[in-house]
Amino acid sequence: MNDSAALMDIRNITLKFGGVTALEDVSFDIQEGEVRAIIGPNGAGKSSMLNVISGFYHPQEGGIWFRGERRPAMPSHRIARQGVARTFQNIALFSRMTTLDNIMTGRVTLMRPNLLTHMLWWGRAEREESEHREKVERIIDFLEIQTIRKTPVGRLPYGLQKRVELGRALAAEPALLLLDEPMAGMNVEEKEDMCRFILDVKEEFGTTIALIEHDMGVVMDVSDRVVVMDYGRKIGDGTPDEVRNNQDVIDAYLGVQH
Amino acid sequence: MFYREAGDFRTSYTDDSQTFPITFDRYCYFAILAVAFLVIPFLINDYWANAVLVPLLVWSMAAIGLNILTGYCGQVSLGTGGFMAVGAYACYKLMTAFPDLSIVFCVLFGGVVTALVGVLFGLPSLRIKGFYLAVATLAAQFFLVWLFNKVPWFYNYSASGQINAPERTVFGIAVTGPNVEAWAKYLFCLCFVFVFAWGARNLTRGAVGRSWMAIRDMDIAAEIIGVDPLKAKLSAFAVSSFYIGMAGAMFFANYLGAVEVTEAFGINQSFLVLFMIIVGGLGSILGSFAGAAFLVLMPVLLKNLLAGWLGWDTSIATHFEFIIVGGLIVFMLIAEPHGMAQLWRIIKEKLRLWPFPHAN
Ligand SMILES: Nc1ncnc2c1ncn2[C@@H]1O[C@H](COP(=O)(O)OP(=O)(O)O)[C@@H](O)[C@H]1O
Ligand SMILES: [Mg+2]
Repeated sequence: MNDSAALMDIRNITLKFGGVTALEDVSFDIQEGEVRAIIGPNGAGKSSMLNVISGFYHPQEGGIWFRGERRPAMPSHRIARQGVARTFQNIALFSRMTTLDNIMTGRVTLMRPNLLTHMLWWGRAEREESEHREKVERIIDFLEIQTIRKTPVGRLPYGLQKRVELGRALAAEPALLLLDEPMAGMNVEEKEDMCRFILDVKEEFGTTIALIEHDMGVVMDVSDRVVVMDYGRKIGDGTPDEVRNNQDVIDAYLGVQH
Repeated sequence: MFYREAGDFRTSYTDDSQTFPITFDRYCYFAILAVAFLVIPFLINDYWANAVLVPLLVWSMAAIGLNILTGYCGQVSLGTGGFMAVGAYACYKLMTAFPDLSIVFCVLFGGVVTALVGVLFGLPSLRIKGFYLAVATLAAQFFLVWLFNKVPWFYNYSASGQINAPERTVFGIAVTGPNVEAWAKYLFCLCFVFVFAWGARNLTRGAVGRSWMAIRDMDIAAEIIGVDPLKAKLSAFAVSSFYIGMAGAMFFANYLGAVEVTEAFGINQSFLVLFMIIVGGLGSILGSFAGAAFLVLMPVLLKNLLAGWLGWDTSIATHFEFIIVGGLIVFMLIAEPHGMAQLWRIIKEKLRLWPFPHAN
């Protein structure tokens, strides 16, 4: 693996909450165009890792290199502007807004609204809204959620909410898409749909994806490389096959039911 | 049967995001506008202007303002009275400093100054929210009223401590001052409310409104997907205060003509506007009008009913008026916690399916 080709390079991250060490000296990279899975038992620090990447948690040590440059400390909305979008383990949609508005909000990083023109709904404002709407409609078609376009998302069933949340993240046209347990709590059919969407995203949009997943079958199917975590440390890293045969990993995770 | 979209084809995204997508609604809207602009000005008298229509317009403007902040952006404010005072005093100072300046500018100026003050008092919202923010805005309320009382410069050193609106004209017709005619002040306020209600609707259906609502629904997620909370919150404070400031300016200049700050812009007014948007519906422009109508019309109706028709003593009638209005608010909130706008939405949904309630 050539370092300079990495879209994101995560180096020696240590994250502590008071006495709890959520991440300890974790390093790995994410290559352009790959699906990178992060696996590990509950409490291993997977979500914390995504939160560090999206700038919500601030690690005590270590740093993140994005497109070859060290990322300075910055608020998470600016990190989103750099092209990092994500979904959340516990769905974090805007519950009183419609599906359409949620996904439109996903494009906030691509819009530069001006109070005055928006108030008049004239010229650039109207044009911009229509252009972005067109892009959003493509995502709505892609995710097959046309019928719930105007439904407030709070009323939708769990599986559909997960899908809308994926739509909202995709709408940002991210360079790096972070998915925190996109299939948790889904039935087999919904999982298959979601798997298909993830692979399609990779193929159609060429988006680089880092995802957390518990279902080993899914991980083996969709991911190119896997990071294995346990108790805040990285204990394995490689292709799905390499990871499956790693003794540490078998002991810590695969062998034991969590 | 008649109330539905069948046959209403929308062929562009602009059509699809319009305010009244159903043809029937659009006709109703135009009909109401026609009555408001072309019929009422000819029928209006002083009683209707002063007791019903002008206060209705002024409070609608204030309610839209607070709804932008609280209903759309989720930031609670109890400073509405104080912000209205800023608008009124800014308008007054400009009116008296530049007698030749158009009153239209003076009202707008009241809004702009209030927007700046609103942003200043909105700064705490970047660190605190909910109950704590409400208390911070309450401090703004008391501070502002105190300021306008204590510093004589604001009321031009008048002996009474009141401010009085001098006569100002639009196209040669007085819209403020002692000689103003009912229809003129009504029409003046109507134009402002119409233009800015339309502006508020536009703001809230586009990118700006979505950022506000995202902050309201889940602020942390909003920031992580790229909404700048500083921009979203402060713009909500600015726009909201702009509306409330204009409402204050019209309240002073067109409606009352003379005000004393403690009486006209006290904490009661803050609560009144908050009631309006809660009863009317948070996060709805239509709801702002409905709530303002409810709280302006109910007391008038009850007064006429109790004192007029039933012949009660006016002081007893006034007491009962409070009790009944209070009771009605509680009843409304139990019946439909999301306000009259939600009620309206439900009725419309039912109408659309009628007479086949299970179609869909
Ligand atoms: N905001 C927080 N405050 C305190 N402790 C936290 C916080 N977030 C995560 N942790 C702790 O960090 C550890 C890792 O959690 P998490 O990253 O959610 O694990 P995973 O997603 O792998 O299940 C846990 O021990 C958890 O309690
Ligand atoms: Mg987790």
